[in-house]
Amino acid sequence: MQRLRDLAISDTGFVFDPFSGATYTVNDTARCVLDGLKRGLHRDELVALLADRFETSGEDLSRDLDDLVHSLRLFGLVPGAFEVV
Amino acid sequence: MVAPLVVAVTGLNATDNPGPGVGVIRSLLHARDPGLRVVGLAYDAMEPGVYADGLVDDVFLIPYPSQGVEPLRERLAYIRRRVGFNVVIPTLDAELPAFVDLAPELAAQGVGTLLPTREQLDLRCKAKLAALGAQGLPVPASRVLTDVAGLYTIHEAFPYPIVVKGPYYGAKVAHTLDEAVHAFHAMAAQWGFPVIVQQFVAGQELCVLAVGDGRGGLVGAVQMRKTVITDKGKGWAGVAIRDEGLDALTATFMKASRWRGPCELEVIRDAAGGYHVLEVNPRFPAWCFLSAGAGMNLPFAVAELAAGRAPAALADYRVGTMFVRIALDQITDMAPFSSMSTAGEIVRSEGASR
Amino acid sequence: MSRPLYERPVIARHQTGAMNKFSRAASMQPQTHVDGVPVDTLVEAYGSPLFVFSEKTLVARYRELRDAFARRFAKVRVTWSYKTNYLDAICRVFHREGAWAEVVSEFEWEKARHNGVPGERIHLNGPLKTEATLRRVLPEGTLVHIDNFDELALLERLADELNLTPKVALRVNLAVESIPAWGRFGFNLENGQAITAANRIVAGKRLELIGLHCHLGTFILDPASYREQATKLAHLANELRRAHGLVLSFLDIGGGFASHSKLKAQYLPGDQATPSFDRYAAACAEGLAALEYPAGKEPTIVLESGRALVDDAGTLISTVLANKRLADGQRGLVVDAGVNILFTSFWYDHDVVPAQPFGGIAEPTVMYGPLCMNIDVVRDSVMFPPMRTGDRVVFRHVGAYNVTQWMQFITYRPAVLMIGADGRHGIIRKREELETLLASEEVPAWL
Repeated sequence: MQRLRDLAISDTGFVFDPFSGATYTVNDTARCVLDGLKRGLHRDELVALLADRFETSGEDLSRDLDDLVHSLRLFGLVPGAFEVV
Repeated sequence: MVAPLVVAVTGLNATDNPGPGVGVIRSLLHARDPGLRVVGLAYDAMEPGVYADGLVDDVFLIPYPSQGVEPLRERLAYIRRRVGFNVVIPTLDAELPAFVDLAPELAAQGVGTLLPTREQLDLRCKAKLAALGAQGLPVPASRVLTDVAGLYTIHEAFPYPIVVKGPYYGAKVAHTLDEAVHAFHAMAAQWGFPVIVQQFVAGQELCVLAVGDGRGGLVGAVQMRKTVITDKGKGWAGVAIRDEGLDALTATFMKASRWRGPCELEVIRDAAGGYHVLEVNPRFPAWCFLSAGAGMNLPFAVAELAAGRAPAALADYRVGTMFVRIALDQITDMAPFSSMSTAGEIVRSEGASR
Repeated sequence: MSRPLYERPVIARHQTGAMNKFSRAASMQPQTHVDGVPVDTLVEAYGSPLFVFSEKTLVARYRELRDAFARRFAKVRVTWSYKTNYLDAICRVFHREGAWAEVVSEFEWEKARHNGVPGERIHLNGPLKTEATLRRVLPEGTLVHIDNFDELALLERLADELNLTPKVALRVNLAVESIPAWGRFGFNLENGQAITAANRIVAGKRLELIGLHCHLGTFILDPASYREQATKLAHLANELRRAHGLVLSFLDIGGGFASHSKLKAQYLPGDQATPSFDRYAAACAEGLAALEYPAGKEPTIVLESGRALVDDAGTLISTVLANKRLADGQRGLVVDAGVNILFTSFWYDHDVVPAQPFGGIAEPTVMYGPLCMNIDVVRDSVMFPPMRTGDRVVFRHVGAYNVTQWMQFITYRPAVLMIGADGRHGIIRKREELETLLASEEVPAWL
């Protein structure tokens, strides 16, 4: 998870990966999840964090989390076998 | 006291196939007009001109022409509120229809342009160039084809080699029917129909940067011969020349088209001294800084005319002035790039509040 | 302080050449209503997917076309091209405005008659004219546009047998620079076929040649093509007048005007690329200036527009069934309208927007229909904001050809609705159900 911890994330959602040189844009919810993942939070804690910070209306937060983690794996920001547990 | 010029310019894609924006902006700065400010308009956060030192005061991403007029109108309105501008100079072929359409409402808001009409834009498009031949402009023999069958009889009209061109971009020289058929299909697949087949003419490649007054007259023109040409066929160095044949040809084009604003005539002068107009580009060429460097600053004249000022009489340009393009690495930290990619803007000036 | 609204978490990688947050998605506005009626209300009442036609837009487009030509020509006739959309309600809007009918089959002719169009106000066009069809339509005075020599011979024979002098027009094809020629329809002008056919009609004395017709093609974005076409038609008419003293009563310049949709191969969208009816009309007028007809004898200019009249008036509402993340990281969206009902998505990049307010980062998105077939893609790449299942999207400018060329496949075809000029709305074609389909099936006795 070192790659994730090394990411520089700005308040505007600009992300720089010093390992690959790649840059990204994240929205506020994704920024929140990245912060949580860096701190090693588990699935239920991440879902609770999102539900606490944002006004939700019945979305499947757990499924959205998996979708984001799929992108992170694709970009090599988390190991290929990584799953939120 | 005259309001300072604040000029918005597109085409900051100064790559090895450069857009004209950087040349236009350097020409504007060259005029050292008091209070002049430049607003860059870019289509991608990585356009090199965004990162050039001292080139643009502010720079904004704008939506692609393919997104439609409405998003562009909204974005320009935002930029005007944010930093203000009173002239806009679009420099890319594909964006011209949108800016031409927006010109009347921009004018109503106090933003000036110097642009051709939609009809004039259509007139110089590749498929119609032959029609200009009828008005006295020497254009190479050509055929507009929508079916490959037209190639089988092309040798009856003019001999090989021939140039096979797409409707907007792309050109291939073919020496045989076989090559021509292949080039035809390649062009049609990449650029669509029609395919334009032109007689190949050999000779010196000359260019004219001309600005028309919209009434058939000429504001000014600078002639140039390419002296170094890249593998993409772009001039990498050139020299200002004076050729009376080109003078006459430029005057003929202006009279026939009543062109308003800048354009570039691409001309071949053959060994026998004949002229052939290959293309008319409806905007400044990338090498337009030569005009400022040689003493006839046409981009600045366009900005002044667009703003409704009467420009000072243009001095003639110095024949023999050269331009030599260099590749230069700009150094920047992540901040401007971060700002461009997340906020879509970099604002350094005090903007409209100044 | 209230908390920010949740949106689906997204990370988007920057790619050179695609780093512009001011894509269409940035300025995309949701379309929550169609002609003032909320999309939700419509779907609750009539289901999803749902085609919706705006009477207001149909009328506005018709009048814009008619007026653009009426300003330049003394006599103008707009004929409604049935094949583009032959639902009765649509046809009746145009007929109420004064349109004649342009049909290409006996079925369409029957439809036009059913809609109250007199036989002599129908132009019968196209290659599908059987002997049985002609026997039926000729006594009613329908104008027949002749496509080929076999048809000409058949018409002459029927004229004798029925003891009639049918009024006919000659369909002509001709070469216009920069668009592919539609050489398969009618008689060619350049090789002399058209003149031969005209001479034969005149010499035969069994048919009355009263018009010329040419249809250049479809979605023609350059008005200058019509100038060229009109010039050539005018020269042909002049030649016929000199040779036979023939003064034609109409010149049909066909259809092919573009709507505000966008062809896949087209770079600029409709708001910049599509010429106004005024520009098309001006080009036709310039071309027809070559006509040397005596004053007061000018022919009626006939238009047979379809797409340009109806496309902008049609909207398709569809519902999001699922979100997908494809193997390459691209986002997929499955909606309940597929290529079976949005047939034109094979050629057009349809303008599609969400039907409810939205937020979040737009991503390149492939929009799939609901069919279990790989080709069922209704938009192959569009920057689109995050959607939730049950959200709705609106496809715009889809009124042409879809409700005639659609096919019934694996499910029922949806309802088609019209919103009236006064805001009333009503079904103009019912959603299919099992009985609709069973009605035309039979099971042989041995099963």
